[in-house]
Amino acid sequence: MKKANLVMIVAALLILAPFFFPLWRIVLEAPQYPIPLGMDIHINKIVGIGEHDVQNINLMNHYVGMKNIPSHLAELDIFPAVIGTMAVLGLLIGFKGNYRWFFAWFLMMAVLGVLGLYDFYLWEYDYGHTLSPKAIIKFTNDDGTPMAYQPPLFGTEKILNFTIYSYPQLGGGLMILGVLTSLGAAVVGRVQTTRAAK
Amino acid sequence: MQKISPPSQGKAAWRKASRLLLGAALLTLPLGCGPKIGTESKGALAGNQAERVYVPPGKYDEFYAFLSGGFSGQLAVYGLPSGRLFKVIPVFSQDPEKAYGYNEETRPMLQTSYGFIPWGDAHHPDISQTKGELDGRWCFINENNTPRVARVNLSTFETDEIIEIPNAAGNHSSAFVTENTEYVVAGTRFSVPIPQKDIPIAEYKGKFKGSLSFLSVNPKSGEMDIAFQIRMPGFDYDLAHPGRGVSNGWFFFTTYNTEEANSLLEVNASQKDKDFIAAVNWKKAEEYLKAGKGKKERAHYAHNVYDENKHSAKTTWKEEVTVLDSSELPGLVYFIPTPKSPHGCDVTPDGEYIIGSGKLAATITAHSFSKMQKAIAEKQFDGEAYGIPILKYEAVNAGSVNKAGLGPLHTEFDGKGNGYTTFFISSEVVKWKIGTWEVLDRQPVFYSVGHLMIPGGNSAKPFGKYLVAMNKITKDRYLPTGPEVTQSAQLFDISGEKMELLLDFPTIGEPHYAAGIPADLITKNSRKIYKLEENTHPYAAKTESAARVVRKGNEVHISMTMIRSHFAPDNIEGIQVGDKVFFHVTNLEQDYDVPHGISMIGANTSELLVMPGQTETFIWEPKDVGVWPFYCTDFCSALHQEMQGYVRVSPRGSNVPMKFTLDGEILTAR
Repeated sequence: MKKANLVMIVAALLILAPFFFPLWRIVLEAPQYPIPLGMDIHINKIVGIGEHDVQNINLMNHYVGMKNIPSHLAELDIFPAVIGTMAVLGLLIGFKGNYRWFFAWFLMMAVLGVLGLYDFYLWEYDYGHTLSPKAIIKFTNDDGTPMAYQPPLFGTEKILNFTIYSYPQLGGGLMILGVLTSLGAAVVGRVQTTRAAK
Repeated sequence: MQKISPPSQGKAAWRKASRLLLGAALLTLPLGCGPKIGTESKGALAGNQAERVYVPPGKYDEFYAFLSGGFSGQLAVYGLPSGRLFKVIPVFSQDPEKAYGYNEETRPMLQTSYGFIPWGDAHHPDISQTKGELDGRWCFINENNTPRVARVNLSTFETDEIIEIPNAAGNHSSAFVTENTEYVVAGTRFSVPIPQKDIPIAEYKGKFKGSLSFLSVNPKSGEMDIAFQIRMPGFDYDLAHPGRGVSNGWFFFTTYNTEEANSLLEVNASQKDKDFIAAVNWKKAEEYLKAGKGKKERAHYAHNVYDENKHSAKTTWKEEVTVLDSSELPGLVYFIPTPKSPHGCDVTPDGEYIIGSGKLAATITAHSFSKMQKAIAEKQFDGEAYGIPILKYEAVNAGSVNKAGLGPLHTEFDGKGNGYTTFFISSEVVKWKIGTWEVLDRQPVFYSVGHLMIPGGNSAKPFGKYLVAMNKITKDRYLPTGPEVTQSAQLFDISGEKMELLLDFPTIGEPHYAAGIPADLITKNSRKIYKLEENTHPYAAKTESAARVVRKGNEVHISMTMIRSHFAPDNIEGIQVGDKVFFHVTNLEQDYDVPHGISMIGANTSELLVMPGQTETFIWEPKDVGVWPFYCTDFCSALHQEMQGYVRVSPRGSNVPMKFTLDGEILTAR
């Protein structure tokens, strides 16, 4: 088998990582939580880092009128199916295809990735901005607008007494690596092909 | 020294005078430089001591120290080296702060054959051991007034079990464990007729008896059971410690009042030159039991056990106890003569020497276990007392620490070959060498030390870094607080050749004795919350929708929940005057250190303090119609002040319907 095809197969396998490892982790640290609260977003569920962290995050957030973290997200229902399908496609392409197919797969994954991140962003926006009108504590920004509590999409941010860390975990990291690997496969494949043509 | 020369005729006289003055001045210099009487040394040394007891904010102490509360009835938890008080664990006395002995779930803990008793006298804590080493599972402690032994769970720091001791009055030589926690012992301080009967007090001698009880400890659950009692002569049994290593299988109890006096013991129990250490062969006792030599006697005593999942205690009544008669069973008990009204009976880490501190003598006596075995084999006896052989003193004696001090009480060991003994009358702690019996160091204490504690100092593996002296007289050591002042503990550094005083710290109640343990043996097992799914309390409500109010005749059972920051239900109607209202309250939190409390105006009991996942109950009997508030008593959240509710009480027989709501909504609908 050509080197590039092997690389493509590796890429297809790598994107299966989220089935085994968490995709993303959000950690909330506060003075009264020396052991921070946090949650791991897996491919099909949200799980607290400490056994009761999700319940305790909800309790903290209800004071400012935020809704509970859902036990069930519609996105997380279709996510396994989409990833699974792309992985199978990727393996087929890896066995039978050439660098053009690799690149096409890469583009599709990239588009799906951007869509996924945008969806995550929208969910976080809704979570942070949709506040109960009967919220116990209503903070306002300096400009008078009501404060919102949207966790960062990526990175570290301080909101009130909490410092929030939002970063990919092993599952997410390997998946991104897999997508980049498919690009690498396409490049290697193109180089190999042009060399063979000479 | 420059001096303007005076006129020539007085020159010689002035020179003489100035030399005298200079000499006098030089002589007075030392008076200003030396240490002032009554003050401690300052400067670099004091700074160094402060460093050794300072635990910076956010850091932990090295050791836990469990000090008995004595007449407070409780067990207090301190950190070493800081001396900070972390918790007062209620054991034998009611505690309204924690509702111990007030709430329905823990009232059974204080049940006895004399009825419910709200107080006890807690003397000697001892931590469980495995193969002679501290293991940090449980702490046992005795009650001296109504004889009982309690077991404190060192994962929850709560009292899980209290068992009463029958055929006993005063329980002093207790609650010490064997090397592998097979048994925890009890021993009577006051001999009484067994069974009790109407008899003139002056007929004490020969007719009053003592009991030494061996309680078996279940290795998994820790639950105790009186395996056997040894009927003993009417002496006073003072303290006890287990044999270990070479002396495994034996237990040693000091006695005083072998004179068998019944009045003015102060004088009449101090007449004999020697009393005894009773050496009990408990392995032999087990053999006698197997051979059917134990007699079952009728008794009536309480056994109270707290269930962590039900969050409730239950009293079981025991009706018999197995007795071994020491006067009839050879080889079970031997008496070792020991000067003079011995108090402490302490065994060296290797188990070879038994140290008797004769509180009315000036010496510490060391008995040798191997010599004792030889003396028994060769029948080197000096008569007997009530059928128990008295071993020849010289045959067992290994040596004495002579002229060590006045009034030796108690000894512990550092694991480096040294013993440390308290001297009450001369107010000092003395360090001496095991085997050579020579005094190595003595340090004054302030004032009049009772017992001392070295973590593990009563085990095969002591941790010889710190020593805590528990003093009986405080007087001027701290800011005064009126006539009644705290009792003072003192922390010494014993890691070097000489003992060094580091810290004074006040203690609750009266510490009689203490047990210390390295912190990490306990911290890794310390529970953070109770899991809601493990809660099997019959009236628990594990979700808000499960909260309910149920009427059973004129009893009303409210199953209420608490979570930041509201009760559910928080409005209740349909209660009537004369009802007996049970508030069964469940804390739904599953987060560390988020307790909630509850109290109701006019309830004739204490508040409840409920930990996450736990359910507790108090009773309220409304006497008047009206609308009555209840509220959360433990600051739980930003909205703690808003955490409250109301109960509407209607006249007896009214037809106001039973209704329980949160925010106007019937709970089952949520």
